[in-house]
Amino acid sequence: MLDNLPSPSRRTLLRGIGGAAVLGAGIPLLSACGGSGSAADPKTVTLGSKASDPVPKKAFADIYAAYKKQSGITVDVNTKDSNTFQEQINSYLQGTPDDVFTWFAGYRMQFFAAKGLATPIDDVWKTIGGNFPEAMHKLSKGEDGKYYFVPLYSYPWAVFYRKSVFQQYGYEVPTTWDDFVALCKQMQKDKLVPIAFGDKDAWPALGTFDQINFRQNGYDFHVELMAGKASWTDAKVRKTFDLWTEILPYHQEGSTGRTWQDAAQTLASKKAGMYLLGTFVAQQFTDKSALDDLDFFAFPEIDPAFGQDTVEAPTDGFMMSKSPKNKTEAVKLLEFLGTSEAEDVYLESDPSVVHATTDADTASYSALQKKAYEMIAGAKSLTQFMDRDSRPDFTSTVMQPALQKFIRDPKGVDSLLSSIERQKKTIFASS
Amino acid sequence: MSTQITAEIPEAADVPPPGAAPAPKARSGHRRLLTRRDRLTLGLMAGLPTILHIALVWVTALASIALAFTTWDGIGFDSIQWVGLQNFRELFEQNPQFWPAVQHNVIWFVVLIVIPTPLGLFLAVQLDKKIRFSRVYQTAFFLPVVMSMAVIGFVWQLIYNPDTGLINSFIGANEPGKYIDWIGDPDLNLWAILIAASWRHAGYMMILYLAGLKGVDPSLREASALDGAGEWQTFKNVIFPTLRPTNTVVLVVTIIEALRAFDLVYVFNGGAEGTELLSILVTSNIIGESSRIGYGSAIAVVLLLISLVVIIPYLVSTFRKERRA
Repeated sequence: MLDNLPSPSRRTLLRGIGGAAVLGAGIPLLSACGGSGSAADPKTVTLGSKASDPVPKKAFADIYAAYKKQSGITVDVNTKDSNTFQEQINSYLQGTPDDVFTWFAGYRMQFFAAKGLATPIDDVWKTIGGNFPEAMHKLSKGEDGKYYFVPLYSYPWAVFYRKSVFQQYGYEVPTTWDDFVALCKQMQKDKLVPIAFGDKDAWPALGTFDQINFRQNGYDFHVELMAGKASWTDAKVRKTFDLWTEILPYHQEGSTGRTWQDAAQTLASKKAGMYLLGTFVAQQFTDKSALDDLDFFAFPEIDPAFGQDTVEAPTDGFMMSKSPKNKTEAVKLLEFLGTSEAEDVYLESDPSVVHATTDADTASYSALQKKAYEMIAGAKSLTQFMDRDSRPDFTSTVMQPALQKFIRDPKGVDSLLSSIERQKKTIFASS
Repeated sequence: MSTQITAEIPEAADVPPPGAAPAPKARSGHRRLLTRRDRLTLGLMAGLPTILHIALVWVTALASIALAFTTWDGIGFDSIQWVGLQNFRELFEQNPQFWPAVQHNVIWFVVLIVIPTPLGLFLAVQLDKKIRFSRVYQTAFFLPVVMSMAVIGFVWQLIYNPDTGLINSFIGANEPGKYIDWIGDPDLNLWAILIAASWRHAGYMMILYLAGLKGVDPSLREASALDGAGEWQTFKNVIFPTLRPTNTVVLVVTIIEALRAFDLVYVFNGGAEGTELLSILVTSNIIGESSRIGYGSAIAVVLLLISLVVIIPYLVSTFRKERRA
């Protein structure tokens, strides 16, 4: 090869052009690559995956390898960048999707189930039903009462803090709203940022709203609100925003320009006292001793009638596309994915999440994982996060900008809420 | 093969243009002169681009206009529902981001015309004086134009980062109580991005003007120097008027830049409050899981109308000039 370097010969040049031409011709065919190629092969199941980050990608690959060892069936994985996968899910599911694909529980799953883009998998749940708690059953059903989803793992949202900081200043974990506000005040006196916050990506604020809303108004109202049934101009919603306004001054300044990763760094560097986020915040704690120092508590109780009975625990898992090429094997694969063995394999590579099953072996869990697992298991109701519990178009085009606006200007809440309500009506009215 | 084609082309060129030709005689000549292969080649060369143009420009544009009067979630063609003007009514009356977006597009244009364009002209005039290292300066100023907008957005976002960014670290504004939120504060972020956009645009304008200045007849300068005009007077009364064609191009380019502004902002802060732009609204409504294609198309139609309002007068005046010439 080296002797070609000074001047590439005519032939190599031509070969290069030929290669480029082949590449160009290949592009239109790529879209058809979904599952058609292996249609006839009874020993292969195709699977579309959004797990493009290195850690989850390896963790998923390990599951499929374990399945191949057990059953002799090859899982042909087609991985796309996770954002692209989500943005193209519409056209993907309408085209020639893979037999099985990775997706989220909740409204986001029900939406595609209702559109007829997924196959009901009640037969799978006959086998795996016993592995899951009641809350997971609820999460896996479509609006028609049929099962469409196999959960793999969850991760709860909670208030994170560093044990050493709480020890140093003698803070106690707050369980009620008043304690929480008092703690914020004390932290401010101690020159700490009480609540770290970064909302540049516009979704973290959705999580804060969820917590305050289901603590104040309860799970049922929260679900109604997310489904577009309850009104955003309801006095109950206004109360949620009033409570939020109360703690907003204790949030980190300049939040609309800060990413959640940067906000997590303020907690890691002990400049901030608390941070409300999902357990994935642990990814930002690269230092082992800092990670061991990390702990969390459930968002404090606001209305004693609801206590801390709801946990926000987004759940990821699998669905079957509308007309799978190899349905028999796809069903078997889903039955395998719905076991704690499959989840064990996943968690071995990605310890930032916890099992979705009840009979899981938690011996290898870290302290954080154990706590997260107990929190989810003890929950009366599980929510998924606003952009999974409600229409994604509503949350991304209306709620995200609206909440960013609220964070900067909490006084304008009334006009903001009526604007949200007006836009909600038109969005939920369409289709 | 190549020799054959070159041999045939002169013959093909002999064919008189069809419109001006005396009809019967030319038509028979037409047939004789072009072999079947020629016609195939010509057909392909003219046909393929035409088909592509129609499919990718006209069909999509018209489809998007039609979709603007519907609501559609992108799943199956039977779910398209005709809603008349409802999307536009919603857009004008309810969408809290729409009017700010229009306003920001206008500000974008005004700022580009007022700051980087004269700056580009100034740089071009200086570089035109054949100073030392002129090539180096040219490259340095033009470099931002070569870079992808997404990269520029990313780089400037690092500069403006409230905690670790260059500016806040330098002036000590990254501590509680002193925060300057360049990216999130709606009173600041548009201007912060416009600095980045201007930084790039100045280089672009510089190259355009430099090309224009190279075309200015040196004898004009000499004459005005002989008449005793100073440097500024020469520029104002002699050079600048001869740059008129360049100015037209600059104006059009700047309008286009202002209307298609997207990538920089999208990377910078995703079009958060203060930096809404029409192009970003189109994207955020159409791309996504349960896309609002009808609504997004309505915004795109508004963008199209604004472009037409700007472009039609330009085209009319250009054609008028051509006819006169």
